[in-house]
Amino acid sequence: MTVLLVALGAAVGAPLRYLTDRAVQSRHGSAFPWGTFTVNVIGSLLLGVLVGWPAGTAVGALLGTGFCGALTTYSTFSYETLRLVRGGHRLLALANALGSVAAGLAAACLGYALAG
Amino acid sequence: MSEPLDPRTDPDVDLRVPADRRELTVRPATVLGTIAAGGVLGALARAGLQHLAPHAPTGFPWATFGVNLSGCLLIGVLMATLAHVGGGHPLARPFLGVGVLGGFTTFSTYAVDVQQALVAGAPGTAVAYLAATLLGALVAVGLGDAATAALLRRRAAR
Repeated sequence: MTVLLVALGAAVGAPLRYLTDRAVQSRHGSAFPWGTFTVNVIGSLLLGVLVGWPAGTAVGALLGTGFCGALTTYSTFSYETLRLVRGGHRLLALANALGSVAAGLAAACLGYALAG
Repeated sequence: MSEPLDPRTDPDVDLRVPADRRELTVRPATVLGTIAAGGVLGALARAGLQHLAPHAPTGFPWATFGVNLSGCLLIGVLMATLAHVGGGHPLARPFLGVGVLGGFTTFSTYAVDVQQALVAGAPGTAVAYLAATLLGALVAVGLGDAATAALLRRRAAR
């Protein structure tokens, strides 16, 4: 049952990351990867809420492990940071690396506090 | 090194890459279904590893750490390979990159595990995990990309 719930959450979370990324990226011209930044912060906020609530096993599998896990990504984030460095945008790369981690952690703390 | 003319920053979808811009107009259901299928596989693999190696709130989240570092190494390998073959199959990036590796790695669990270690009174673990994942992921993606690109160039030159 847990496996099915994780699968269902991920089946929605992964395409939603792609669609959100597209929507955000089409609305600005900067080299900064706001699309991935956005999904990572929103996913961290939501998972903070789920852990602080706290959600049961089934909801945790569906929305936490499945949905939030697949909505957010470390691989896309790290590759974008690498490409920013390669493209000569060293400051943006640094801002992306430190900004994503700081904003993600702040969002997780906020979500946890809101739910508690 | 990847091709210098490749404008791509975002491996999920980069609107400066014409093929990426078009892919949702041509066959949206196929692309989104492929991403979902890959995402399910990646998420299940992640959940399985997290289940096999659980951690206490004050402990170091080794499973998620390994998942994120290996996923970052593999996105470097994948994108260098796809760049080498001129993009590859139109569904290769959506399935393997956006789906499998995007679903496998996670930023939310990383952020919340750091927060949980802080709440549990283990700031040392929190800071070590936060820094080790970030630095490890960046080294892994750079290594995956550079090693793959070098290997493929050497093979092509033979």
